[in-house]
Amino acid sequence: MNTSTSIALSATNIHKSFGDAHVLKGISLDAHEGDVISILGASGSGKSTFLRCINMLETPDDGEVKLAGEAIEMKRGRDGRLQPGNRKQVDRIRSQLGMVFQSFNLWSHMTVMQNVIEGPLRVQKRTRAECVEEAEQLLTKVGLYEKRDAYPAHLSGGQQQRVAIARALAMHPKVMLFDEPTSALDPELVGEVLRVMRALAEEGRTMLVVTHEMGFARHVSNRVMFLHQGQVDAEGTPDDLFNGRCSERFQQFVSSHHSRAAN
Amino acid sequence: MNIDFEFLGDTLSKLLAAVPTTLGLFFASLIVGGMLSLVIVAMRVSPNWALNRFARGYILVFRGSPLLIQMFLVYYGLGQFPAVRESFLWPLLRVPYVCAIVSLALCTAGYTAEIIRGGLQSVPHGQIEAALAVGMSRWTVLRRIIAPITLRYALPAYSTEAVLLVKSTALASLVTVWDVTGVAQQIIQRTYRTMEVFICAAAIYLVLNFIIVRALGMLEKKLSPHLRDRNATSATAQKKSSSVALKAATVPDSQHIDS
Repeated sequence: MNTSTSIALSATNIHKSFGDAHVLKGISLDAHEGDVISILGASGSGKSTFLRCINMLETPDDGEVKLAGEAIEMKRGRDGRLQPGNRKQVDRIRSQLGMVFQSFNLWSHMTVMQNVIEGPLRVQKRTRAECVEEAEQLLTKVGLYEKRDAYPAHLSGGQQQRVAIARALAMHPKVMLFDEPTSALDPELVGEVLRVMRALAEEGRTMLVVTHEMGFARHVSNRVMFLHQGQVDAEGTPDDLFNGRCSERFQQFVSSHHSRAAN
Repeated sequence: MNIDFEFLGDTLSKLLAAVPTTLGLFFASLIVGGMLSLVIVAMRVSPNWALNRFARGYILVFRGSPLLIQMFLVYYGLGQFPAVRESFLWPLLRVPYVCAIVSLALCTAGYTAEIIRGGLQSVPHGQIEAALAVGMSRWTVLRRIIAPITLRYALPAYSTEAVLLVKSTALASLVTVWDVTGVAQQIIQRTYRTMEVFICAAAIYLVLNFIIVRALGMLEKKLSPHLRDRNATSATAQKKSSSVALKAATVPDSQHIDS
């Protein structure tokens, strides 16, 4: 763990219910600058919900989220649940958290270039020339400069996801959130996205990655968090967890993934 | 029956002189109704119970009752209220042309609101989340993401509504507006030559609608390059082999929209 650097993001005691289903039962996480944290867990374990609570796409019922020391202001509604206290602040915090979705969610009516410059242009109010110049660099970085005038519908899933990563990077985020970025991709397209993510990790970006890619969790991330039924079941370095010094449940989870990969 | 070209030419020129009135009814009610429909749809999707119910009621009434009766109610009915007669709006509301525009606009607003609502519902939720996630304010999300996507989804249905509206303007002739249909009936009353006159009138509406459909179709095509054949839009794709181009070109447009 990178204890020498400062804490980029911390989530404390996050709770979330949907109706009767208590999806998150008090999850806490501190991400130091440069940390790459893989969040693993079976489907339904709450890992995506946890990630979405961090940028308030889901409002946690309880708990606190801090980005670079600044806590997101929450107030308690009449039903006792939390809600964001200051919408402007939420918008500002979100602009500093780059999010990459499972289903890419590129804006279908905009070209690749327009997708990448939209945030910097409309949210950060930077000049168009500056946005375009940077977008060209980012698209080159993800290997899609030639596709800058194409529409998302004309790209493969892997290409769309790389554009989505460029779109998130264009905002100069302090922390990147990846919500199962390769789960919707055909197997042969997973590699191109993972390569981009690995490059980002090597640049020292702070990343939280909800994933099913054991290889990424094991070899790229420096910390792994394993969720089971809304609670943290195991947490530590990949070395610790994957080499057996962890819960039995995690070992079962990993071996089930290996057997699935072998089939 | 011999074709009397002189009479046809004379009738056509008289009817064409009434086209500005018909177009005026159409554009005025399209614009007023369009703006009103934005208000109605905003109420319709509002979480506020009262606003929501009002919008539902409005749509029920104006879609569910005959336009002709609505027009009669506006034209003959409003003047029975002293409050209306004494209001500053009376100089406007006693003009048949204005009454026709008001009732056409009220009616088309109900239909258009439902068309827009359909478009709103088809905006993929993920694209809205992506916009929120980059920190856009709700107003910016509406302006930059939701509205443009809604427009693209709603346009095909809206062009049908525009065509219906052109045809509905004919009802204005029944509240003494001298539009194309009104003038046609005037000629018939004098000549008893129903067939020729109404065929001329129908041809005029047909041409108007043809132009409107083509104009909206062009707008739709211009706004939706992402739904079109990729070979026609992106320069890089021109290098693709001709067999791919042929295959893509034979796929009907509707499939692109469905997918």
